[in-house]
Order: sequence, then structure tokens, then C-alpha cells
Amino acid sequence: MQTDPNGTNPKKSKDSPSNSANTESTQLPSPFPDEVLEKVLSFLNSDKDRSSVSLVCKDWYNAERWTRTKLFIGNCYSVSPEIVARRFSKIKSVTLKGKPRFSDFNLVPQNWGADVHYWLTMFANVYPFLEELRLKRMTVSDESLELLATAFPGFRALSLMSCDGFSTDGLKAIATHCRNLTELDIQDTDIDDFSGGWLSCFPENFGSLEVLNFASLDSEVNFDALERLVSRCRSLRVLKVNKSITLVQLQRLLLRAPQLMELGTGSFQEELLLGQFGDLGNAFGNCKNLQTLSGLWEVTSIYLPVLYAACASLTFLNLSYAALRSVEFGNLLAHCPNLRRIWVLDTVEDKGLEAVGSSCPLLEELRVFPADPYDQNLHRGVTESGFVAVSRGCSKLHYVLYFCWQMTNAAVATIVQNCPNFTHFRLCIMNPGRPDYLTNEPMDEAFGAVVKTCTKLQRLSVSGLLTDLTFEYIGKYAKNLETLSVAFAGSSDRAMQFVLEGCPKLRKLEIRDCPFGNAALLSGLEKYETMRSRAKKGCPTFCSHSLIACKKDFSDFAEDRPPRCFGRVGLSN
Amino acid sequence: MEKGVAYDNDMNLKATELRLGLPGTDESQKECSSFVKSNKRSSEEMDSSCNEEECAPAPKALVVGWPPVRSYRKNVLQQQQKKSDSDVSGMYVKVSMDGAPYLRKIDIKVYKNYPDLLIALENMFKCSMGVYSEREGYNGSEYAPTYEDKDGDWMLVGDVPWDMFVTSCKRLRIMKGSEAKGLGCQ
Repeated sequence: MQTDPNGTNPKKSKDSPSNSANTESTQLPSPFPDEVLEKVLSFLNSDKDRSSVSLVCKDWYNAERWTRTKLFIGNCYSVSPEIVARRFSKIKSVTLKGKPRFSDFNLVPQNWGADVHYWLTMFANVYPFLEELRLKRMTVSDESLELLATAFPGFRALSLMSCDGFSTDGLKAIATHCRNLTELDIQDTDIDDFSGGWLSCFPENFGSLEVLNFASLDSEVNFDALERLVSRCRSLRVLKVNKSITLVQLQRLLLRAPQLMELGTGSFQEELLLGQFGDLGNAFGNCKNLQTLSGLWEVTSIYLPVLYAACASLTFLNLSYAALRSVEFGNLLAHCPNLRRIWVLDTVEDKGLEAVGSSCPLLEELRVFPADPYDQNLHRGVTESGFVAVSRGCSKLHYVLYFCWQMTNAAVATIVQNCPNFTHFRLCIMNPGRPDYLTNEPMDEAFGAVVKTCTKLQRLSVSGLLTDLTFEYIGKYAKNLETLSVAFAGSSDRAMQFVLEGCPKLRKLEIRDCPFGNAALLSGLEKYETMRSRAKKGCPTFCSHSLIACKKDFSDFAEDRPPRCFGRVGLSN
Repeated sequence: MEKGVAYDNDMNLKATELRLGLPGTDESQKECSSFVKSNKRSSEEMDSSCNEEECAPAPKALVVGWPPVRSYRKNVLQQQQKKSDSDVSGMYVKVSMDGAPYLRKIDIKVYKNYPDLLIALENMFKCSMGVYSEREGYNGSEYAPTYEDKDGDWMLVGDVPWDMFVTSCKRLRIMKGSEAKGLGCQ
């Protein structure tokens, strides 16, 4: 976006360096001084908007970079810390993502990289007033956490999602030193959990937490310390505890924090006395603001009714670790009329999904995970009928992640007819290369229907037996597509060419085990400037040569080298 | 790339195939081996959930990183499954048959109702158990299915509602019809 909204050229401020773009134009005085421009731009929060603004002219580029406080780097190798430090001076919040999404599925070698420490040492020098750090798929050492805890006096919010490399010792440092901590959010993280003692390191007068999520840690924490902490933190709105917290303990926590908006329970399996059962139900009933409920590990159906009193306000129900069956799931759903998002295991089967269709008319997002992804002989779980049933009852559905063992082209066509507004359609038919199980044909027409009908589609994951036709459809119709994930699909290079030539907004491409060679992937070379592309080593002819060729175009690469098996090209930010 | 999956052949044989599994479940296990690799993390899972006797002729090898379920989630669910397998009675139970040299093990949660279970047992042990009746039990049949419940008592299979049976059954014993006669009288 290179438009000048005022129709005049901005003035050359005496503070800004000479503006080569303006040397030919008349230098009219700007209608407003730099300070005003900066003030106006300081209201811009969206990264996309800020990127656009920075392209207008040199003055705007500078005003933008002097006012940016939030940094988002989607690929930590796309830009070096030095360049970031030179460009921005007032950063208070950083979001950094590291390893490719493939690392979630054990497809990335152990010491691949994405270590945050180098970034942190730079931040300690340049952004000592840093307040927030959100990391995804990065390696974080205890040393890094100690640095974070001690070098940034105003530090407030730490979020670690799918990170590795640290232990509970690092968390001790955070709890001990971060006096103003409002957020400690640890998700899906497999770390060295030595003990739950870190929680007891929060000082006795510390009470500023608003978000506390330690659900993915295993060790038992000191419950008294936790209870006192929860009592002191009057602004606590998100509390997600781990499995060591029992139902009886949960009840006491709920009494201390009825204001909670998001709750992750501990283990839901315990022998409760009748009185305790009633107390727990009452405690849930006190929570009038609960919007999100998760956890529910090892839930037994007899205890689900304690939740009912808190379900009226629920908008997000995350049962993805609770192996519920269809009947108890249906009973629970009957109490949750306002649900917008449901994450569930396929143990609820098609019947459970029928209950979703009939009880949740406001549903916007559904994720069905496989309880037993390697359950290859028994093939329980959900089928195409469950998905169709949801689509019939939930016309607002726009985000789906669906793991199943069988699907048909006809079912998918029906689904998108019922729900034409999909923005995210992620279908995973779990046996690689499975055709339509009724007609034995490839699943091309299914995804063809998706891209033809769902014009707002941003993210697509395809699966099943697919020929190049699928990709021809994608290239022809998916004009808003930004992310595409492909596995075990396609017949030739043409498939990739269709996509790379046809999808103008494509930013992220994940490919594994597909027959696409260098020619295909390089055909979209000019596309790579706007695309983060990850190719898995299973592509038989995709070799490191083309990686190097791509790499030469992007001089912003950091000092580290990505391993051979991944084609990584950078984002110029 | 050749997607050499012989689905047509499978479909024709499926109807005549004798398997221990839910009627109507699909079976399409013969993947093209060019993209099948072994998954070193799966061995525990395979032990607990794949009973060699019931597997389809070609046990599937697994593909690395597929299906794309986060390893954190997979670990949690695997742990839960292991716990529930060992805690809850009525999942994998031993089945003995009078006169047979060794026992078998089946997962009774796989079956939806008594007829499913009985057919499976009949196939497994090549015996006939006939039809259950409330009055006569399995009288007249060569064999009768019995089970040990949570209290340690030996009960006739079929008396209680299916769901109750699944949660209370600890082991099965296929008794000779002549011995089972006594059980049939209520």
C-alpha cells in the first residue's frame, strides 16, 4: 500500500535523513508536524497496518519505527536481532516464533536451533523496559529465564508455548524476581519438571497475577502456597492448574477466585463424598464469569454435573484431554447454549457430534482430536456423518480441525454447502492417501468444493488420496488462502505450480512426503518473499541446492543455518 | 508417485473376511510402503493396543510425525490410556475355555452388545454357544459363556444390561454346556 492519504508529500523534517524519494518532488510543508504523525501512528496496533505505513515514505517509516512498541517475528531466522535493535527503539512487547510447525510432530531434529538467548541478551541491552515476551516453539534455557527475570525490572508477562530447554529451576527465577508479573502462561511444554517448588517462590506480598497457567507441568505444587497466591491475586482471571490438584482442592480455589474467566481444572478423578460433591457444584455455581473451561483430565462421567451451574456463560469448552463418551458429552452440552468454540476427543463419536449440532447453534469453531492416533485396526472415533451433523446445526461454523479415518467427497460438499463461511478448513484423514471410502475416488472433489464455496478460506489442510486436480482447484479458487498444509498428496510438479501461481496471498506452505521437485518449488521464487515455506525431507527430489539458491536472495538471514532437510526462506519484515 | 493402494481388492474380500471387530468398520491397512517408516516412539502404544491375534494380516507400520497430533498431546493421551487400561475393569479381559490349552485376551469395550461379543467368542474358539434366553440361559448349546464380576461371583453372560456387564466383567470363561446347566436356573 503506497498511497499518500493526504495527496500531498509529507514535509522533510529536519530530524529525518534525506529522503531520496522526495528529491524530485516539490517539498510542500506537511499539514502536521512529526510529533503529531507519531502520536497518530502510536494508535496503530496491527502489524500489517504498521508494515503498510512504514512503506509510505521515509518520514512515515521513521515515525512508525519510533512508535512501534510491539514486535512480532513469525520466524526468528527471518531477521537478525541486530537489525531489529537498529530499527526499533521502544519495544515493550515481543512475540517470537522459532521452529517450524513440523517440530510439534517430532519431525525436527533435536538441536535444530531457535534458541532465544541471543535475542534476550540483545533485548537486555536495547530494550531494558521490556514488559512482555511470548515465545512459540523456541528453545529457552534456565539461564535465559534467569536473565529475563533479572535484567528487565518492569517485566510483566511471560508466555511459553511448545517451548523446550528449560526446567522448573528457571521458573523459580521468574517467580522470585519478577515483582510485577501479571502473566505466567506455560502451554504444551515438555520440560524438566524437578519439583513444584517454583510456585512457592512467589513472595508472600506478591499479588499481581492475572494469568497463571501451569497445566502442562506434572509435579505437585504446594497447595497452601497456591491457595494463598490465588487469594492475594484479586485480578486473577485465568487459572489453569495441573493434574496434581484434586477436586477438593479445586473447590477451595474456586471459592477464592469466583471472578475467574478461564479455568483449567486439575484431575477430575477422585472419590468424592456426597457433601463434597455438593460443595464443588456450588463453587462452580459461584463462578458467573466463566467463559473458558479446560483440563478435566481423567474425568469420570458421574462428576460432570458439578460443572453444569457454571456452563451458562461458557463460550469455549476444551475437552481435548477428557475422553468423554457421547451420552455424557451430550448431557453437558445441553447446559452450554452459548458455546462458540469446542475442542473434543473423538471418543464422543458421531453421536456426540450430533449433540453439538443440536445444542450449539452459535458454534464457530470445532476441533476433534483423535484419542488414539495409532488405533489402526479398530477405527473408532468420528466419521463423515458426525461432521455433516455439526454442519447442519451450526451454520456459523468457520473453523474446523477434524481427525477421522474415513471421508467422502459428497459429505464434504454437503458440509460446505451448509457452512460456506469457512476461514480455516483442516481435515486430516488419518491413513495417508485414503480415497473416498464409498466411491474409491480421490478426494479431489471434496477440496474442490471447499475452495469453490468458501471464498473467505485462509487456511487449508488437505489429506486423503489427492491428485494434481486438487491443487488446480486450489490455485483457481482459493484466492484468499494464506496457509496450506499438504502431506502424501499430488502426482507431479504441476500441483505446486498451480498453487504458487494461483494463490496471491499464500504466506505459509507446509509440504511433506509429496512428489514435488526443485522445479516446482522454485517456480514460485518471487512468491517466497512473502511466504514462509517449510518443506520436509520426504520430498524425494527437494535437495539442499535449491535452499542455498533461495537463501542468496535474502541477506537478512541470521548467523545460524537451518538444517539441510528444511527449505526455509525468510520473511523480509 | 504411485499410490499403489489396492482398495478395490480389499473391498471385494471384505465381505467374506472373518475378523474380530465391529461389523461395518472399514479396514484398509495395506498402504504403499514407500512412505511408511517406523516410528520409534510407538512401540509402547503398539504393545498395549494391538493384539496380534486380532490384527489384520498385515500389521501396519507407522509413519513418523503422522497423524499430525502434537507430541505433547499424544504423550498425555497415551499416559491416560495406560492408566485407564489398568484401572478400569472390563477392558482387556482374559477368556478361558474349558479344555483349551491356553487363554486368550479380548477388549470387551470393542463390542457394542452381546451378540457382537458372542459371535467374536464363537469365532475365536470355534465353538457354538447358541442363543441366550432369560429362562433357559444357553441350555442346549455345546458351550455357555460366563464371567467373573467385581464381587468375584461367576455369572451367566447376558443377564444384566450390556453397559453394566462391560464395567463389571473381570474375566470370561466359556464353560461346557453340561456344567453350565446349573447357572441357567434363576
